[in-house]
Amino acid sequence: MFWQKLIARIGTTAVTLIGVAVIVFVVIRVVPGNPVAMMLPPGATEADVARLTALYGLDKSIPAQFLIWVQGVLQGDFGTSITTRQPVLDLVLGRLPATLELSIMALVMAVIIGGIAALTGTRLRGTKAEGAIDVANGMALSVPDFLWGLALILLFGVLVPVFHISGRVTPSLDLPFTTGFYLFESLFRLRFDLWADIVSHMLMPALALAIPLAAIIGQLLKQSLKETMHLDYVTLSRTKGYGENHVITREALPNAILPTLTLVGVQFTFLIGGTVIVERLFSYEGLGNMAIDAVINRDLPLIQGIVILFAVIFTAVNLVVDLLYTVLNPRLRHG
Amino acid sequence: MSFLSVKNLTLRLRDNRAPLLRDVSLEVSAGEVHGLVGESGAGKSMIGKAVLGILPRAVEIAGGEIWLDGVDLLTLPPAARRKRVGGLAALIPQDPLTALNPSRRIGPQITDRLVDILGWKRTEAEARALDLLGEVQINDPARVMRQYPHELSGGMRQRILIASAFAAEPKLIVADEPTTALDVTVQKQILRLIAGMQARHGTALLFVTHDLGVVSKVCQSLSVLYAGRILEQSTVRDFFAAPTHPYSAALLGATPKYTDPEGSLTPVPEAIIARLRAEIAAYDEAHHG
Amino acid sequence: MADLTDGRGAVKRRIGTRLWLAGGWLTLLLLAAVFAPLVAPQDPLAQDLFLTRLPPFWEEGAEAGYWLGTDSLGRDVLSRIIYGARLALVVALVAGSITCLIGSALGLMAGFLRGWVDLVISRLIDIWMAFPPVLFSILLIAVIGPGLHSIILAIVIIDWTRFARVVRAEAMAQGAMDYVASAQVAGRGRIGTMLREILPNVLPTIVVLLTLEMGIAVIVEAILSFVNLSISTDDPTWGGMIAEGRASVYQAWWVLVFPLITLFLTVLAFSQLGEGLKDRFDPVLR
Repeated sequence: MFWQKLIARIGTTAVTLIGVAVIVFVVIRVVPGNPVAMMLPPGATEADVARLTALYGLDKSIPAQFLIWVQGVLQGDFGTSITTRQPVLDLVLGRLPATLELSIMALVMAVIIGGIAALTGTRLRGTKAEGAIDVANGMALSVPDFLWGLALILLFGVLVPVFHISGRVTPSLDLPFTTGFYLFESLFRLRFDLWADIVSHMLMPALALAIPLAAIIGQLLKQSLKETMHLDYVTLSRTKGYGENHVITREALPNAILPTLTLVGVQFTFLIGGTVIVERLFSYEGLGNMAIDAVINRDLPLIQGIVILFAVIFTAVNLVVDLLYTVLNPRLRHG
Repeated sequence: MSFLSVKNLTLRLRDNRAPLLRDVSLEVSAGEVHGLVGESGAGKSMIGKAVLGILPRAVEIAGGEIWLDGVDLLTLPPAARRKRVGGLAALIPQDPLTALNPSRRIGPQITDRLVDILGWKRTEAEARALDLLGEVQINDPARVMRQYPHELSGGMRQRILIASAFAAEPKLIVADEPTTALDVTVQKQILRLIAGMQARHGTALLFVTHDLGVVSKVCQSLSVLYAGRILEQSTVRDFFAAPTHPYSAALLGATPKYTDPEGSLTPVPEAIIARLRAEIAAYDEAHHG
Repeated sequence: MADLTDGRGAVKRRIGTRLWLAGGWLTLLLLAAVFAPLVAPQDPLAQDLFLTRLPPFWEEGAEAGYWLGTDSLGRDVLSRIIYGARLALVVALVAGSITCLIGSALGLMAGFLRGWVDLVISRLIDIWMAFPPVLFSILLIAVIGPGLHSIILAIVIIDWTRFARVVRAEAMAQGAMDYVASAQVAGRGRIGTMLREILPNVLPTIVVLLTLEMGIAVIVEAILSFVNLSISTDDPTWGGMIAEGRASVYQAWWVLVFPLITLFLTVLAFSQLGEGLKDRFDPVLR
């Protein structure tokens, strides 16, 4: 039962990824203007352009190009970037850790902030404080990460300049890292000075990404806590002598988390999608920033690689959330 | 001195102050089974909830006293009150399907009070739970302790809730329509089980029901409620021999052989209802000044 | 029984004021956009190198007539915000409406007709959900070239799934209800049932989504002009102003702050309008 479902899910995921690949492939090949022409110095002849076009395979029909590309992908070859002339896979994997770290940090912040908001709101239900939390939630929810990022730049970058608002790490610092996961590796190497510098760079972009998700978590979790708090087993737990805090966190919360979890999965992919513009905003050297540059430079193979990678991440997140839901729900576990 | 003594308890809705219980008093001695009878909305389960301190947020206590084992609960601060009630009293809830936490195993749901509130050792609490599950006639209690609620039938779950209620040897148990949500066939077994457990453990029982037939089998004394007022209080023997209030008499006459699933006690003659309404209106008039 | 006194009355009142505030701000914006040439104190395109980076009126060194200061080319911030409202509102209304039409139609068909129609549309939605929307829109603009039409087209292409997903689910729920079966028994065709029975019941949801989508469209336009892919760089856009303000935030904070506040209020207004309408439509208030 469980395995059947898993295999079916992986099947649909594959279809989705192929669909994404086809669409990107077609869309970016409709680009007017030959990107190869831009690579060559002004004096290049028609023959030079033709030769280079052939080199990148751009002279063949779109289906033929797609087949060649798929063949390459299956061998781990995503093509070569037109602007930097490096393998797309290397470029993309080089930037991936930065974006992953940012997304995960944002997710953790969102869960903490949203969880605290939901629990406090439930604890203080019926009071003015609950109303205040609801209003704050509503505002945080309706304003997107792009605007929160700008507001944070103004507040904590300019007005009270306590955090860095540009880049991933102070450029003058010597980095001993062998992986791209600066945040984790600095901890491993016990370089807390570097870690503090990295966190100070990441905090604002991560918060910008986290605020809307925190609001969604806060709202959903509070709603589902509210429904759970009326259920008989919660009341029964009260008669046993437990206080409000125990009742909320031990009896209601575990059951309230499940319905929240499914929705948070989709929302987390929105957060990852949001890194594109937020990284741009904070000049953070991640995938999203590279993607925008790639679009502006018409670097077709690179754009293709990045979009596919994002699609892989999105579908993977959804898959993980589905599995998590099955594991956490005792009813499905024994189903 | 009665073990539970409710004096002039008045409850009302917080927002529009509509009264739910009007000046209700009742006494339950140690080991006594007292029935609270009335139509739905008469306020009978509000009394049990007030005693246990689980009134809905929308309801407030407007006056009265609730003495449990010599202490007026309403004068205690919330934490002390919870602790006292948790040690002395327990609830058998109405709907076994919703009264067990779906994400927790059965075992901890029985033992948690013993360990967390009463400070038992976990092994002792588990041994106690196993005994009790055996007492409520559950096969293979050790296995059931490890199961989740959704793996068990409604009747099984109600047995578990009964075992859980008796776990801490409470002196008082509030049974809030404990058989209403069950199959008719299971109802009888559960009823017999509660009565047997009560007799063995000598626990006082506040039995909330709309079913006079049940009262006649299980209870020693009863209170009849209508619209938040107690109309009649007496021993079960006297009541069934000769009810003093015309409403009670009408109820007795109307009690069907088998309770219909809706649990409605009507038809009570219109004239009696009208008279009751007038009495209640007069009472409200007098108490609102 | 339990939550009778959760302050429902207060909630209802607050929704009322929120609706009024949101509607008020959007009306103001609409009037400013329509009558921009009359209300804008300056020409939004006029550069004056002697009046660069003037602060807003309450600060030292402000110049009369330039209420919210000027940018690094000496252009009046307030006038550019007012003219920027034109593009923002056109995008919101046009892109929002077209997205709504297409997305709702597809969602309605998928949810009610089911079968292969649903299969195809659902799979498309899945594929669309696997694209990072901002990147997708930037990519589309890069492909079809900048300009008002491109922005609208990009928004429609990206956001139709927002409507399709929700409307599909609602149509499925409605389709399972008895009144639909009785309508079909009464001899109504499938398309007829869909339009006459299902659509009216899904309409409130669609209207709410539409208001939210307008807010989203404003943001997408701002993001595209922020990465310099919107319309021609000279025309005043809020996103373009923000991009410039971001670059000169240490020298002239007002160039970033005022368009940002405008954008904040507009997005909030659209979403509050949506929330307010949602509660109005709901007969039992949630």
